[in-house]
Amino acid sequence: MTKPLVAIRSVSKSFGEFQALKSVSLDVWPGEVMCLIGASGSGKTTLLRCINQLAIIDSGGIWLDGELLGVREQGGRLHRLGEREIGRQRLKTGMVFQRFNLFPHKTALENVTEGPLQVQGRKVDEVRAEALELLRRVGLSAKADSYPAQLSGGQQQRVAIARALAMKPMLMLFDEPTSALDPELVGEVLAVMKELARSGMTMMVVTHELGFAREVADRVVYMDQGAIVEQGRACEVLGAPREERTKAFLSAVI
Amino acid sequence: MRPAPVLAEGFPDLSGMRLAREPHWFRWFGAALIVLVLAAIARAFANGQIEWSYVSRFITAKVILEGIVNTMVMAVLAMALGIFLGVVVAIMRLSPNPVLKTVAAGYTWLFRGTPLILQLLLWFNLALVFPTIGIPGLWSARAVDVMTPFLAALLGLGINQGAYTSEVMRAGMLSVDIGQYEAAQAIGMGRLRALRRIILPQAMRVVIPPLGNEFIGMVKATSLASVIQYPEVLHNAENIYYANSRVIELLIVAGLWYLLVVSILTPLQMLLEHRFARGTLRLAR
Repeated sequence: MTKPLVAIRSVSKSFGEFQALKSVSLDVWPGEVMCLIGASGSGKTTLLRCINQLAIIDSGGIWLDGELLGVREQGGRLHRLGEREIGRQRLKTGMVFQRFNLFPHKTALENVTEGPLQVQGRKVDEVRAEALELLRRVGLSAKADSYPAQLSGGQQQRVAIARALAMKPMLMLFDEPTSALDPELVGEVLAVMKELARSGMTMMVVTHELGFAREVADRVVYMDQGAIVEQGRACEVLGAPREERTKAFLSAVI
Repeated sequence: MRPAPVLAEGFPDLSGMRLAREPHWFRWFGAALIVLVLAAIARAFANGQIEWSYVSRFITAKVILEGIVNTMVMAVLAMALGIFLGVVVAIMRLSPNPVLKTVAAGYTWLFRGTPLILQLLLWFNLALVFPTIGIPGLWSARAVDVMTPFLAALLGLGINQGAYTSEVMRAGMLSVDIGQYEAAQAIGMGRLRALRRIILPQAMRVVIPPLGNEFIGMVKATSLASVIQYPEVLHNAENIYYANSRVIELLIVAGLWYLLVVSILTPLQMLLEHRFARGTLRLAR
């Protein structure tokens, strides 16, 4: 029997008074494409950030590829892992940000090679060849030597996807990857993500693009006020929601 | 209403007409006034009791040239020490560790809070506090032998500069978007590597203009080391006028050298700014 790639159990997270996640539990299976939808403040982005430890959970546990994230159990207590261990765990996930966060002082190619060269310490020739192949895959071979400021938003986001893929992650996390884009640039980014989904990559996508969710997602998870309200196949959740809150959200969005 | 493609009348075609040059009388008048005032000042100095032959004789005197070399050596070394301390202290200040944070804040408080000339005198007179210094059991020496004017000036100027530079560096690091830290972490970088590879190079672009400012300040601050016998250009000029009483002439000599050095530094700063502007729209073709 296969095991879930990500197992989230009773995870809670607060920012001061505000409870962003309320005892969330969820499994993500290898090869699955999961879309997380919900209003802003519903906790979907926080959940993603907890998985690659940009946010630190208050309680509960997240296992990635069978390994407990961020802490180690010893003598009935949890001890926080060191920075080095957390860095190693982060390599299993690739993150794509809403605002791209490309390194502005490096070219597109250098953005992609930075992680493999600096963090993984791999050979220059091999990394460069792989990076060029990744840029080709996202349709940006011609822009390898351009700086981020010389690229459109859609091109920057595609470089950001290539940068995340360069670390050969088991899981790709997308945090509203098209929300900061002009409408005519959304399609090119979604096309790259669709191709990635078809290639068998496990993906968790926080998105407002319900069309993309309907077409690509194996499962859609609707969150509200820090909890999972409803989940299931895209056609079920988006086409025939059972919960009143889901219905209200969908009718407000469409 | 007229049909849309027809344009309304009464609005003549202005294409092909050039903008006329305005005479700007007031600018001409202002410039003439300034030239007059400058000429009057120059005339006053030319007729004043200044022996200009002394200025031209001493501007290339060996002692003065040695002095300006010492000034530059001290300025560069003390600034290097200041930048090194500034980067380290800024990183400590922004660290999550409360011990490092407090140490960094205390350093800045102490060395910004007392006059530079007082710190120089304290370093130079350290022998009064500790007659011998060293590592117990390994090495020791008399403090008067170790704390030369050179070392006292370097420590005094460099450590004081570090306190100011740390605030400049901290401002530069804070100016980098938080998303850059997150992106660096997301590709598995630790805090120090992210700082070195991602944050500091971007902060440099912001901090070079204020650092250039600080360096120009440092070139002139070395003159304070004359009080602890460091042979920089002002100290040497003073030694000459103690002998020949040509006070103003030798102060002008020193002043001209400071002006020359600072004039050379400004274009150098532009070069550095250009180097660190990689990837910004200014360089985009």
